[in-house]
Amino acid sequence: MDLLKIGGKEISSRLFLGTGKFASDSVIPDVIRASQAEVVTVALRRVDFDDPQENMLQYINKECILMPNTSGARTAEEAVKIARIARAAGCGNWVKIEVIRDNKYLLPDNYETLKATEILAAEGFAVFPYMSPDLMVARQMRDAGAAAVMPLGSPIGSNRGLKTREMVRILIDEIDLPIIVDAGIGKPSEAAEAMEMGAAAVLVNTAIAVAGDPAAMAGAFSLAVKAGRQGFLAGLGEARPYAEASSPLTGFLRDRD
Amino acid sequence: MEFYDLYRKQLGHDLDSFLAGITPGEVSDIINKNRITETGFLALLSPAGQKMLEPMARKAHGLTVKNFGKVIQLYTPMYLSNHCTNECAYCGFNVRNTLGRRTLTIGEVEEEGRIITKTGLRHILVLTGESPRNAPVEYIGKCVRKLRQYFSSVSIEIYPLHTDEYKTLIEAGVDGLTLYQEVYDPEIYDIVHIRGPKKDYTFRLNAPERACRAGMRTVNLGALLGLNDWQKEVFALGLHARYLQDKYPETEISVSFPRIRPAQGGFQPKVTVSDEELVQMILAVRIFLPRVGITVSTRERADFRDNLIRLGVTKMSAGSCTEVGGRLGGEGRDSQFEISDSRSVPEMRSTIQKLGYQAVCKDWLTI
Repeated sequence: MDLLKIGGKEISSRLFLGTGKFASDSVIPDVIRASQAEVVTVALRRVDFDDPQENMLQYINKECILMPNTSGARTAEEAVKIARIARAAGCGNWVKIEVIRDNKYLLPDNYETLKATEILAAEGFAVFPYMSPDLMVARQMRDAGAAAVMPLGSPIGSNRGLKTREMVRILIDEIDLPIIVDAGIGKPSEAAEAMEMGAAAVLVNTAIAVAGDPAAMAGAFSLAVKAGRQGFLAGLGEARPYAEASSPLTGFLRDRD
Repeated sequence: MEFYDLYRKQLGHDLDSFLAGITPGEVSDIINKNRITETGFLALLSPAGQKMLEPMARKAHGLTVKNFGKVIQLYTPMYLSNHCTNECAYCGFNVRNTLGRRTLTIGEVEEEGRIITKTGLRHILVLTGESPRNAPVEYIGKCVRKLRQYFSSVSIEIYPLHTDEYKTLIEAGVDGLTLYQEVYDPEIYDIVHIRGPKKDYTFRLNAPERACRAGMRTVNLGALLGLNDWQKEVFALGLHARYLQDKYPETEISVSFPRIRPAQGGFQPKVTVSDEELVQMILAVRIFLPRVGITVSTRERADFRDNLIRLGVTKMSAGSCTEVGGRLGGEGRDSQFEISDSRSVPEMRSTIQKLGYQAVCKDWLTI
């Protein structure tokens, strides 16, 4: 069976789910079911531990692996504090680091993210840093003890697809950690594309949350991720940038005798 | 350079003839662009834009859902003090008005805070008049520390401060600032602010920037609509938001469009802003600044507020009261202005839900 070994666990679904932006948190159970996701990320800033009725964690199936995220953190220090609060509140030891100092494009700060990754990995967290796809920083994330690397496909919420395709491809080729494409994936076909390239998983939120029928869209993403993964495992033929010459250009080397 | 230096250059331009010259076709071209220039933004505010509200609304709706989801953040105001040394023509707290002046004790602040938390709200906006003697920074800091025990987010809407004072309040637990310039036109500003420290136009105008510099997490700007031609005011407001967004990307910038409401003193607005015009400015700002937050308060009618949800609004007040200690058994006589939407928090939440959106009570945490 094609299991993804990650953060000390083995999981079969390669679609990770985000829980922001939904018209109602009460649709989340249906979305999780339809997506077959096993990993669900939640912004800790949205969780109200003091109000059991409002606590959105109630909508997340206990069998799912919870991956709290540090949305709202502007520095490594803030991300570290949020991660510690999450763990102390019983949210497990997985954490997705989001450090964003740019509210216009919501692009991550790789430097602060790296600092937070170093600190939290040393504290025993399974750290999933969300980052701009940069090979040098990804290597440093790996060396710092990250459980995976989560490069963005395009800016959060933009639904623009895999605009960073070539940079993500380099990470997939060079970094021996699971590469999870996070942010920007707007359509199931784009999720399939990331999986065909060899991404270990994709994380989808906006495209499902704001769809006309979120659960149906979650199902579509689930199929797309499986299809893309199967395509990758089957060994895709190389796409050829030029037509094959019908008479080989080097045929004369064989014809010399 | 501060915002005033940039804005001063705009003041010399003849906006009226530019606005009159824009055609619906030009507005349509701007709507279809991915990036909107400042001139494009101004064109969206033109009379021609009024004829293009539906296509503007479609674009604004799409941008809002993409950037913010189907979510409305709820907050509520708490008035700490109505002591004020200013004579502002339009305001119920005007120093010349006779009203019961009061500043809450820390105990009363806690009591009112406790009442509010029962509604589930976790974001609060505390307000004062401008009276550093009755409500000094130190007092506001104490209130904030107390409220921080009950709320995830505490914002302030108080008199403008110096950078180090903003830092003091941030350390006390403030994470948001709301500060309306009231009117960006300096001449009108001088006329309606008759007396008091608020007469200092540039000190107020540059205050949001000082808050950004101090590390404030969110800053909310606004112009009080009714004091000047709204197109000019909203243009200035948009430029101000864009300026801060570019210069302080760490701070979340949002804007409000408060229309003048009846208040003690009986001030008559110079211009009346219609519902159609308010819609037009919300759409124009959303298209110009897709990531900016847009707040609508209970100044607006319930049915109208409900219709604005799909057009670009991201934050709304609920269960509001504009009187000091209003939730502790006040009589509603000494309010800053009359509210139009008096629905309770549960009513607001269920309405928002019926409209296909989620009302979010908590979206920050104490770290």
